[in-house]
Amino acid sequence: MQERAIITVVGKDTVGIIAKVCTFLAKEQINILDISQTIVQGYFNMMMIVDVTNLGKPFGDMAEELAGMGQKEIGVQIKAQKEEIFDSMHRI
Amino acid sequence: MINIHEVEETNQMIEKENLDVRTITMGISLLDCIDSDLATLKKNIHEKIYRCAKDLVRTGEEISRDFGIPIVNKRISVTPIALIGASACHSEADFVEIAKELDAVAKEVGVNFLGGYSALVSKGMTPADELLIRSIPEALAETDVLCSSVNLGSTKTGIDMDAVRLMGSIVKQTAERTKDAPLNACSKLVVFCNAPDDNPFMAGAFHGVTEGDVVLNVGVSGPGVVKKALESCHGQSFEVVCETVKRTAFKVTRVGQLVAREASKRLGQPFGIIDLSLAPTPAIGDSVADILCEMGLEQAGAPGTTAALALLNDQVKKGGLMASSYVGGLSGAFIPVSEDQGMINAAAAGALTIEKLEAMTCVCSVGLDMIAIPGDTKDTTIAGIIADEMALGMVNAKTTACRLIPVPGKGVGDTVEFGGLLGHAPIMPVNTFSCDEFVNRGGRIPAPVHSFKN
Repeated sequence: MQERAIITVVGKDTVGIIAKVCTFLAKEQINILDISQTIVQGYFNMMMIVDVTNLGKPFGDMAEELAGMGQKEIGVQIKAQKEEIFDSMHRI
Repeated sequence: MINIHEVEETNQMIEKENLDVRTITMGISLLDCIDSDLATLKKNIHEKIYRCAKDLVRTGEEISRDFGIPIVNKRISVTPIALIGASACHSEADFVEIAKELDAVAKEVGVNFLGGYSALVSKGMTPADELLIRSIPEALAETDVLCSSVNLGSTKTGIDMDAVRLMGSIVKQTAERTKDAPLNACSKLVVFCNAPDDNPFMAGAFHGVTEGDVVLNVGVSGPGVVKKALESCHGQSFEVVCETVKRTAFKVTRVGQLVAREASKRLGQPFGIIDLSLAPTPAIGDSVADILCEMGLEQAGAPGTTAALALLNDQVKKGGLMASSYVGGLSGAFIPVSEDQGMINAAAAGALTIEKLEAMTCVCSVGLDMIAIPGDTKDTTIAGIIADEMALGMVNAKTTACRLIPVPGKGVGDTVEFGGLLGHAPIMPVNTFSCDEFVNRGGRIPAPVHSFKN
């Protein structure tokens, strides 16, 4: 069964945010299923739905690395969370 | 498919409104550890707790990372020790030995608290029950993460007034015994009427004898989320307020349910219950009193407070009950004074008194919780306050509790610092008229009639 996660990126808009995140995901064998994004008052707000079935390491480790990259290399906040938390809260 | 607004709402709750899972509590039965030799008993207890709970903290942290939701505490509750130690312990010191063993193993597995240094004496005390109760001041002074609770009454049995009188003195002794310690040990001691067997929250958690061998109970929280949601309801009718609280409680509980299911799967232990309590912390915005103010009160304690709390408590339950099929524990709104900045402010402003808090406990889920009182309060007065609170629980067929903290050397107008999640509190005035003759009578108060409800 497909294991899905939600990645959110929030921060000041700059060149190459999506490129950097996508490169990271490709390296980890994570497939992107859907992307939606908005820019509100110069702030970049993106959500990705991804497939992490083929991820070769613990999910939490990947999430930490991704958050670290966001903070250090791009200056944005990146969170990766398994999809079930949103399903639980918003779907009956 | 999940949309960006739903994701934003969830993350907003976590990041800005202090949404968290307050605790995963592993209940462990120690009945199969019983032995008449104290050394063997201690060894059995240590081995069983270590075997069951060694992965609890790590698993909790993994779940927290996977879903991006903080899981603040990982805890253990055990079968009431008065039962477990009954055949091996012949003195108070023997029980203290078990207390130290529990404290040691709790630290070894890395949990925040271990509850169950308890006795259930709602109708009467066995010699072991009494020994355990008398050992509480020493046991709590000699340990760091151990919590103690005593069930003094129930709707079915009435109130054991001998035990109530004794606990009045024990609470006082516990405070005296730790007056030079960093933490007043009364913050880890609670008395109950109608104590639930599956409560995951401290200090009152214990693993009831009706429970299975090992069980996972989860306590959710989220007063900040409810307050934020109510900010959009200014000037609206009660119907809108109720609907908003219910929806929010539903969402919060569903997160708890997810964490509980996941913990159960990863640890290979059965899931017990979700306790859907609004448990405040001293963090700004994480306050039950602030919710009451958001409903339209100037301060918690103002006229209307009891009605507002009744509404809040009931709607939290109604929303939460749909989100999980197994709801238990205390489930409702907690009103600990020192752990809630809004309550602290109200008490400091003179808006909130012990008597008003007592009225509030008739409609909320626990009782007089984390209330600092003058250090020179008489034992019998403490017993009298406990008796009043037990009577409320007994007659209204609900759980009530008392966690009173006499502060040696301090009086009304002073404040006391507990630190961390326990917060700080202004010392509240206590009615000083005597109840000596009443509490010293001895015996029990019989169970109330269950018809003719007026």
